Amino acid sequence: MTLGTWLALFVVLVVAAEAVRALRHRGLRQERWRRFFRHRTTSWGLGILAFLIIVALAAPLIAPFDPDRQLDILHLTNQPPSWTFLLGTDFLSRDIWSRVVYGARVSLGIGALGALMAVSLGTLVGALAGYYQRWIDAVLMRGVDVGLALPRIFILLMAVALWDGLPFAALVIAIGLTSWFGTSRLVRAEVLSLRQRDFVVAARALGADTGRVIFRHVLPNAAAPIIVSAALGVGNVLLLEASLSFLGIGIKPPGASWGNMIADGATSIYTAPWATLFPGLAISLVVMSLNAVADGVRDALDPREEPA
Amino acid sequence: MTASVLLRVRDLKTYFVTEQGKGTARAVDDVSFDLYPGETLGIVGESGCGKTVTSLSILRLVPEPPGHVLPGSLIEFEGRNLLALSAPELRAVRGNQIAMIFQEPMTSLNPVFTVGDQIAEAAIIHQHLSRRAARARAIEMLRLVGIPDPEERVDHYPHQLSGGMRQRVMIAMALVCHPKVLIADEPTTALDVTIQAQILELLDRLQHELGMAVLLITHDLGVVAGHADRVVVMYAGRVVETAPTDALFERPAHPYTEGLLAAVPRIDAPRARLHAIPGQVPAATAWPPGCRFHPRCPYAWDKCVAQEPPLLDAGRGEPGSHAVRCWLLTEPRRRTPQA
Repeated sequence: MTLGTWLALFVVLVVAAEAVRALRHRGLRQERWRRFFRHRTTSWGLGILAFLIIVALAAPLIAPFDPDRQLDILHLTNQPPSWTFLLGTDFLSRDIWSRVVYGARVSLGIGALGALMAVSLGTLVGALAGYYQRWIDAVLMRGVDVGLALPRIFILLMAVALWDGLPFAALVIAIGLTSWFGTSRLVRAEVLSLRQRDFVVAARALGADTGRVIFRHVLPNAAAPIIVSAALGVGNVLLLEASLSFLGIGIKPPGASWGNMIADGATSIYTAPWATLFPGLAISLVVMSLNAVADGVRDALDPREEPA
Repeated sequence: MTASVLLRVRDLKTYFVTEQGKGTARAVDDVSFDLYPGETLGIVGESGCGKTVTSLSILRLVPEPPGHVLPGSLIEFEGRNLLALSAPELRAVRGNQIAMIFQEPMTSLNPVFTVGDQIAEAAIIHQHLSRRAARARAIEMLRLVGIPDPEERVDHYPHQLSGGMRQRVMIAMALVCHPKVLIADEPTTALDVTIQAQILELLDRLQHELGMAVLLITHDLGVVAGHADRVVVMYAGRVVETAPTDALFERPAHPYTEGLLAAVPRIDAPRARLHAIPGQVPAATAWPPGCRFHPRCPYAWDKCVAQEPPLLDAGRGEPGSHAVRCWLLTEPRRRTPQA
């Protein structure tokens, strides 16, 4: 790695840490933000996510090599981590650090968009089923049963067969459309218990229409489980993308995603464990950070909790 | 009273379909009453007699299913049958012309919004105020209901307020649009006695300031005595007696009313065991035949079991002002307990 990339990496680290520190400092004045930052892990999670997002955005500055280039297929395959190859090289002599950096773009993108889509869809369906009950509930929930019963990989394989290699957007949509069933069950259960609460009846007595009752009175009270499910959802989507890549139907090679890096590295896991370890570590880091941040958001959204 | 009727309830029947095999619960069965502009009408009765279902039926808030208001019922507000309104028309009445406050101030406020947001909501819905204007309105309402430091309290969450304060907030929410009718369903039951008195006084004051009619639903005869102009006594889903408050307390005509009054401890009477009406309200799925009160009535005779009495004019005061659902009116000499 050159001095320039080290410098860029250092700057990114400092910017991420500083951003979180500034936010925290500013936030301490407001009760809601104070609750958000109550746990140290929240700050760490936020910092790590900020770091990874900046890395993804600034990938060309931070990656020392072209992520897809085979540097020297004769002499530089499966190199262990060193000062030149920070995280080593893979079986095609590609620099793993560069691939992790560029893979962050793809993986974080798919994770965020896929989970966002899945949670929105799941929340909407769950809210409708739970609020309207009767035949709407029956129809939607039977649909969800079918969705849960069908193996997701199978559906995605069919999608791949139809499109012959999924473009990024199609992959996001395919993942989003097949990942919302669990969330809808969760939201439906919350809505079922919330819709009979006194304040919901009181809102109706004030003349609020159904949309207002659902989106202003019912769902905000279900925010905690929805947010937690979204955070877990991102992790699931990352893992799903990994398994799709493993089957060869995720991000097309040579493009890098954390998932297909793990898949690529799996063949040489005994000789070059770093090829699977580091993208795997990146996925774990994202999932753990998201959970920490989700905990903070849940605390911030619940005004009944007194600040510590 | 010669003023035109503001809210006319006729033959209201609200039934609930229960689990298989247990039949239909006739929670409200043929209830009729009138509410005039500016007056307070008290509805009293024990738990399970249909008071709350009556109040929910007026704004069509009865959960459906299992509940439903039977066709043939009439709830007329300013000449319009609320039961025939479309959903948008009904929403325009709710919170705007007819507002409601609930029994439990602890659970009737949304825990995730500030009280200011919640008070402003009705103003935003019905008067399309901007957020700024609505906030100003919320502060004004908080001041009106006697909450100190309204500018500060407006940003508080419900959990930061005491029970009495929350009930004041509920009242502020209900009155934002200056409704013509306020339905108060046991507004003070969940509060302690001193706060109870304050809230009722507040309601009286606001009623005079805003000139609205109040439908005061309560099981507490003391509350009725102090605050209602007329009273409807309900038992087992039926109106059993309706009278001006003074007349009801001086000369209760229905044995049930009599029993209720005898069960109130009095400060001026010699101390003795408090009277209790024997038994309890029967299940709404199986009202007794004939007069629904006969199993608990000290005067009951064969006729009471065989046939249910209609509402009879007690023949006191203005014609029709005091009505009683009891055969004793036709045979007053029987008003001596059997055995």
